[in-house]
Amino acid sequence: MITYLEAIRLAQQKALATDSRVFLYGQDIGSFGGAFKATKNLSAEFPGRVLDAPLSEDAIVGMAIGAAIEGARPIVEMQFADFSTCGLNQIVNHAATLFYRTSVPCPIVVRLPSGGTSGGGPFHSQSLEAIYAHWPGLVVVTPATVEDAYTMLLEAVNIDDPVIFCEHKFLYYHLKADSLPETALPIGKARIARAGRDATIVTHGAMLHESLAAAQELLEDGYEIEVVDLRSVKPLDTDTILASVARTGRLLCVSEEWPWGGVTAEVLARISTEGFGLLDAAPMRINAKDTPVPYHPDLWAAHRPTASTIAAAARRLLHI
Amino acid sequence: MSKKIAPVTQSDFIKAYRVMLTSRVLEEKLAGLYRAGMIKGGVFLGRGQEALSVSVGIQLRRGDIFAPLIRDQAGRLAFGDTVLDTLRTYLGSQLGSMRGRDGNIHRGRPREGYYAMISHLGAMIPSVAGALLARRLKGEQGVVGATCIGDGGTSTGAFHEGLNAAAVDKLPLIVVVANNQYAYSTPNSRQYACSDLLDKAAGYGVGAHKADGTSLMDCLQTLRNAIHAAREGGGPQLVVADLLRLVGHGEHDDFAYLDPKLKKSAVGSDCLLLAEKHITDQGWHTADEVAAWKRETESEVNATADRVRREPSPDPSEDDWAALSRPEYREQYAAS
Repeated sequence: MITYLEAIRLAQQKALATDSRVFLYGQDIGSFGGAFKATKNLSAEFPGRVLDAPLSEDAIVGMAIGAAIEGARPIVEMQFADFSTCGLNQIVNHAATLFYRTSVPCPIVVRLPSGGTSGGGPFHSQSLEAIYAHWPGLVVVTPATVEDAYTMLLEAVNIDDPVIFCEHKFLYYHLKADSLPETALPIGKARIARAGRDATIVTHGAMLHESLAAAQELLEDGYEIEVVDLRSVKPLDTDTILASVARTGRLLCVSEEWPWGGVTAEVLARISTEGFGLLDAAPMRINAKDTPVPYHPDLWAAHRPTASTIAAAARRLLHI
Repeated sequence: MSKKIAPVTQSDFIKAYRVMLTSRVLEEKLAGLYRAGMIKGGVFLGRGQEALSVSVGIQLRRGDIFAPLIRDQAGRLAFGDTVLDTLRTYLGSQLGSMRGRDGNIHRGRPREGYYAMISHLGAMIPSVAGALLARRLKGEQGVVGATCIGDGGTSTGAFHEGLNAAAVDKLPLIVVVANNQYAYSTPNSRQYACSDLLDKAAGYGVGAHKADGTSLMDCLQTLRNAIHAAREGGGPQLVVADLLRLVGHGEHDDFAYLDPKLKKSAVGSDCLLLAEKHITDQGWHTADEVAAWKRETESEVNATADRVRREPSPDPSEDDWAALSRPEYREQYAAS
């Protein structure tokens, strides 16, 4: 069985093996194999191409940009998504502006181990896809399955634009697949993870699995919930969401991010303006609570949406 | 060091001086155009920094990487930028390298190793370091990269992170600090507390070079030494040149905060005038010949400016408004 984390490691291994332009740069990723072991054994297998970086997120991203200008395809690891804010300037002001300003694309992949795990606390748990999606010039992806973690990382390396790869730490170990696919939906296309007719849940990342569990719970009440996995938040596949809402008439958007702005706000804005006539009820959304992500497992479990809070929201949406 | 460093010759000096002169004349034209309201944004001049700047750009080779900063008009011209593209970028011509999408000093041709700075100081240091890392991974040898910064920029986190990371990988990077006494209006006394910015080199474990920023000869020789050391495998080199910015931060700034004592001190001399004096004192050329060069340059700059002023502005209806290279990723909710 291949875990989500192993899929990320295998994707990097394949990228290194098949594309001489690829190299990896990040903290502790060399012989140590990374804080989560996403680069385990790769430095031995690809000598000189899996490089430990100093504790310098700005320099890590800045170096990736210069290397990309020179034709390389760097994959950089931020040890936790939370620390990418120390490299924010290079990402949003340099990488993201380069193509528009100079016509020279900036093919870097910035891996962000994202999202909450029990005991992670305020600085090792953040979901930052929305802030990166806000800046023009970035592609922001949020794989929610083992298969997507693998194929989307390989696709990201081949995209000429900077890709923010939000891999979810909660899925690292317990999400497993028998094998890895050769083909996949392209980045930019959402996926119907579960078909239904009574309401649509739009979600991404670890919340996909909470939403699927909620949909299963509601099935016991006789409701069939359609679940859309966005896969990438930028580009955002509005067409697939609209088509689903056209079938169900009801929309609940679920995200582990904080509520202000964010993916749920964007999805609701789009569907309310473009698909107003498709809606049989006011669209709803649930996010994490608007506080830093708490440390204690009991607080953390209550901070983010879960299958039961999603199911409760879906019941309100369905007027049960 | 495997090879002996050649001394700066008369020919080297004259060539560099001619670029400094072009830079000065071009910048005077830009200031005039600014006062006439013809520049689309701000104008930021490098007066007083030409000797240092030209010494970087003119001594890099084809295939090297150069990421200049705000006051590097001279270094840009020496590295291959042109009067034409400078004017196009300042005047917002559609034909300029930035096509109206960015302006003034934020210009470059990254594919030619001439990087386009962003405004966030220090950001180019790790980027040039990364470019050099990529060249090393490709197996290229003997390539160097240089980037310029000021006293203010040395206080940024990016300066620290970039120089440190370059030092860890012993990359052939030259970081050139124009210690021009002010970061906008902030004097050095409020910028750093070490006795000399060059002291930082020891902390990072990089080569250290001090230049008299008012002396073209000293700048040329110092940069030659630093570039040589980087090219020969000596790792990053930090160059600090003391000089005085002889103009405000931009042409909108009257520079009223300038301490008059600095103007009269050793750093307050005009490097262009000192270089001219060196040429005539050495008997290499007469003052009349130097004056003729200046008239010739003015004539070329004026003619180029007249040409650029007739060029088209960018047409918003023609811009593809694409921040991503893939058309299918274009944001469908943008204004149209």
